[in-house]
Amino acid sequence: MSRDLIMQAVASGLLMGLIYALVAVGLSLIFGLMEIVNFAHGEFLMLAMFAAFWLWSLGGLDPLVSLPLVAVMLAAAGALVHLGIIRHLLNAPMLAQVCGTFGLAVALRAGAQFLWTPDFRTITNPWIAGRVHVGPLFIGQPQLVAGAICLLAFVALWLFVTRTETGLGLQATAQDRQAAAVMGIPTERMSALGWAIGLGCVGVAGTMLSTFYYIFPDVGVNFALLAFVAVALGGFGSILGSLVAGVLIGLVESLGGLLIDPSYKTVIVFALYLAVVIARPNGLFGRF
Amino acid sequence: MASDQARMLELAKSEPAWPRPPLWSMGLGLAVAASLLAYPFVFTSPFSHHLVILILLYALMAQSWNVVAGLSGQISLGHAIFFGIGAYSSTVLFVKYGITPWIGLVVGMVLSALAAVAIGVPTLRLRGHYFAIATLLIGSSVQIIVQRWDWVGAASGLYIPIDRTSPWLYLQFHTSKIPYYYLALGATAVGYGLVWLLRRSRFGFRLQALRDEPDAAASLGIAIARHKVLAFMISAAMMSVAGTFYAQYVLVLDPERLLSSEISIIVLLMTVLGGSGTLWGPALGAAILIPLSEYSRIWFGGTGRTIDLIIYGILILAVCMWRPSGILSLFEEGIRRRKGSAP
Repeated sequence: MSRDLIMQAVASGLLMGLIYALVAVGLSLIFGLMEIVNFAHGEFLMLAMFAAFWLWSLGGLDPLVSLPLVAVMLAAAGALVHLGIIRHLLNAPMLAQVCGTFGLAVALRAGAQFLWTPDFRTITNPWIAGRVHVGPLFIGQPQLVAGAICLLAFVALWLFVTRTETGLGLQATAQDRQAAAVMGIPTERMSALGWAIGLGCVGVAGTMLSTFYYIFPDVGVNFALLAFVAVALGGFGSILGSLVAGVLIGLVESLGGLLIDPSYKTVIVFALYLAVVIARPNGLFGRF
Repeated sequence: MASDQARMLELAKSEPAWPRPPLWSMGLGLAVAASLLAYPFVFTSPFSHHLVILILLYALMAQSWNVVAGLSGQISLGHAIFFGIGAYSSTVLFVKYGITPWIGLVVGMVLSALAAVAIGVPTLRLRGHYFAIATLLIGSSVQIIVQRWDWVGAASGLYIPIDRTSPWLYLQFHTSKIPYYYLALGATAVGYGLVWLLRRSRFGFRLQALRDEPDAAASLGIAIARHKVLAFMISAAMMSVAGTFYAQYVLVLDPERLLSSEISIIVLLMTVLGGSGTLWGPALGAAILIPLSEYSRIWFGGTGRTIDLIIYGILILAVCMWRPSGILSLFEEGIRRRKGSAP
C-alpha cells in the first residue's frame, strides 16, 4: 500500500466529509431546537439534487448559478414543513414524531419515483469538471469546489449563530425553550428559522453533490444514515461537532474502503457509530 | 387491624384483574373468527386468498414489532433482520441439507432470539433516538453483509427447489393457496393469543410500567435491561416465524427486499396507523395498508408507479399529526361516547 494511495484516500474522504458535515449540521440544528430527528432529511437532499438537475436540464442553469436558488427553495420548504407538519407533532409522543417524519420520507421518496422514475441521472457538462494535480494527488475539481463551498457555508453558519442576535436567539432556544420565551425570544419563529437553515444547508450540499453524483429517488437514504451517524458522533445539537464528525466519517469511510474492503465502507462507519454510542451515549463532543 | 388487612387483601384478590369483556365484543370476536375461517370458501379466487394471507402475515409482523415498541417503548428500525433470519434459516437448511422447514422454523426462532440478545444487550440501554438509529444502522449493515455472503447466495439470493412429494413436510403447496391461508391464520392466531396472554401477565405489566415510568419502575425493583431484552427476544422469534412462512410462500429469497429497511419501516407504520401498544391496532393497520398497496398495484401497474407508498406516507403523517394514538382509538372513543361518560 503506497503512501500516495493513502494520501489520495485522505483527500477524497476529507472532501466528501465536508458534504456529510453540511447535511448533518441541519439535522443537528433541528434536533437541538426541538428534539425531533428529521427522518426525512435524506429525502430533502434528494429533492435538492433533483431541483439542481431540473434547473440545469430545463432552465440551462449550471449548478453553480442555481446554488442560491436551490438553497432558498429548500429553506422555504423547511419553514413550510415546520409550520405545516412539525408544529403539530411537537407535543405528540416520540413514536408519533418518528413515524411522522418517516411518513413524510416515504411519501417524498415515492413521489419522486412516481414523477421522475427510478432512473439514474447525471448533470453531464457542468462548468467545473476534470481534475487537478496537487503533487502526487489527483483531485476531482467538482469535489474540490463542493468541499470548499460546503466549508464556506459552514463558516457562514457558524458566524451567523455565534455573532448575530438572531443566532444567539437560536442558541438560547436550543438551550432552554421556556427561559428563552420568557426573555422575549420568539421561540416559535426560531424553530421555523431552524428548519429553514437546516434544509437550506441541505440545499447547498445537494446542489454541490449533483455536480458529480448520480441523481435518483433513493439517493438520500445513504446520506441520511451517514448524517445520523455524524450527528450522533458530534452530539445532537452541536454545530462544530457535526463538522468534525462529518469529516471523520468521510475519512473513515474512504480509508476503511481502501484498507479493508470498499463494499463494506458504510458498515465500517456504522460500526464506529455503535462503538461510540455505546461507550459515550452523548457523542464525542456532546454538551450535556 | 391485622384481620382487617387480611380481609382487604382477600377482597382485592377475589376481584378480577380484568373484567369479563362485554357481550358485544365477544360476539364481534366470534364473528371475525368465523368469517376468517370461512373466508377461503366464500371468496375462491387465488388473489383474494393471497390478499388475506398477506394481511395475516403482516399483522403478525406488526404485532411482533408492537411487543417491543408498544409494550417496552423502544422503537426498533431493524426488525427486517429477524424476518430475514427466519427466511434464511429454513431455506438454507432445506436447500443445503434437505431439512424440513418445520425444523428450520424452530432454528430460525432460536437464532433470532440469540440475535436479539446480541443486538439488544448493548443497544437497548440507549434511550429513544439513539436506539432507533442504532437498529436502523445494524439493519442496513446486515443487509450489506448478507448481500456479499456467497454461502447464502449473496446478492442474488436463494431459490427453494420445488418439491411435490410431501407438501405438508416441505411446506410447499402448488395447487392451491388454501393451506397457506390456514397456516398464516394459525400462526397469526397463535401469535396474537400469546401477546394477549403476555399483556395480562406479570411480565407484561412490568414492561408497560417501565415503558411509561422507567425511573419509577426501576425504583420498584424491575430489572429494566433484562425485561427489555426478553421482550426483544420474544418479538424477534415472532418476526422470524413470519420470515420462514414468507420464504415458503414465495419460494425465493431476495436480500434486496427481504432485509430492506422498508420491511422494518412498514411494520412500524402499520402499528402506529392502527394504534401502537394495543392488541388489535397492528392487525387493523395491516388490514388497511395491505389492500391499499395490492389494489394500487393492480390499478396503476407494477414497479415505478408508487402511488401506494405516497398514500401510505400521507396517511401515516396525518395519523401522527391528528391522532397519534392510532385509528383504533377512534372506535374506542366512539364506543365510550355512546355508553355515556362511564369510565
